[in-house]
Amino acid sequence: MRQKKIIPTDMQAARQLAEDLLQEVEAKGYSESMQFAIRLALEEALSNAIKHGNRYDPDKSITVEAEIKDDHTAITVADEGEGFDPAAVPDPTADENLEKPSGRGIMLMRAYMDTVQFSKRGNQVSLVKNRC
Amino acid sequence: MAEQSPRFKVVSEGDVSVVEMLQKRIVEEGTISEISGQLYELAAQAGKPRMVVDFANVTHMSSSALGMLITLHKRVRERGGRLALCNIRPSIFEVFVITRLNEVFKVCAGRDEAVHEAASA
Repeated sequence: MRQKKIIPTDMQAARQLAEDLLQEVEAKGYSESMQFAIRLALEEALSNAIKHGNRYDPDKSITVEAEIKDDHTAITVADEGEGFDPAAVPDPTADENLEKPSGRGIMLMRAYMDTVQFSKRGNQVSLVKNRC
Repeated sequence: MAEQSPRFKVVSEGDVSVVEMLQKRIVEEGTISEISGQLYELAAQAGKPRMVVDFANVTHMSSSALGMLITLHKRVRERGGRLALCNIRPSIFEVFVITRLNEVFKVCAGRDEAVHEAASA
């Protein structure tokens, strides 16, 4: 069953939501490495929504839709920000960017999930991890 | 001499300050902001900072935590010092490899090796 939750722009609320979803993932019997991957990607997506999307605006909210099934987990995180162009984010592994302190979140999501898709506006990311 | 913090503990080994992370998860902005402020201060206190960060207790790190380490590394180097990391569990080390940060930091398997590395500044 697909579930939908709306949380305020707040790290505490995001942490609680992530914990709740990860408990469901664990209860489904996903391996530790898959749990690690889903947690990492979800936390990066929530952090981006709070920081870069809603820019810590307490009047804005974050909508999370999740489907945790035996064969896959799909999570969508949407913020109320202006969005961005993910293609314009520099490659953090390029030599000239290696020592920049930010810009690795999207890359990590892509590395750990099977599918990472941004909406056209760029204020929503859909993450899918297939169980193997 | 050992300094205490809820997030980490600092133990002196000769001229090297060993920062033992006590926090399992270095993920949230508030936590990272608190840790980074204290670590940057620690680096600024030493004439030539020789530092080790021990991750034995850490199970999760975010990209923001990596950013904190990069900034700490820069500040230590700017003062002619040396930073080494140790006891990073394989799941987190994979994050370093994916981001190529294993090429930026001196990552040691154990603390003794890391202390030796930091002391070589």
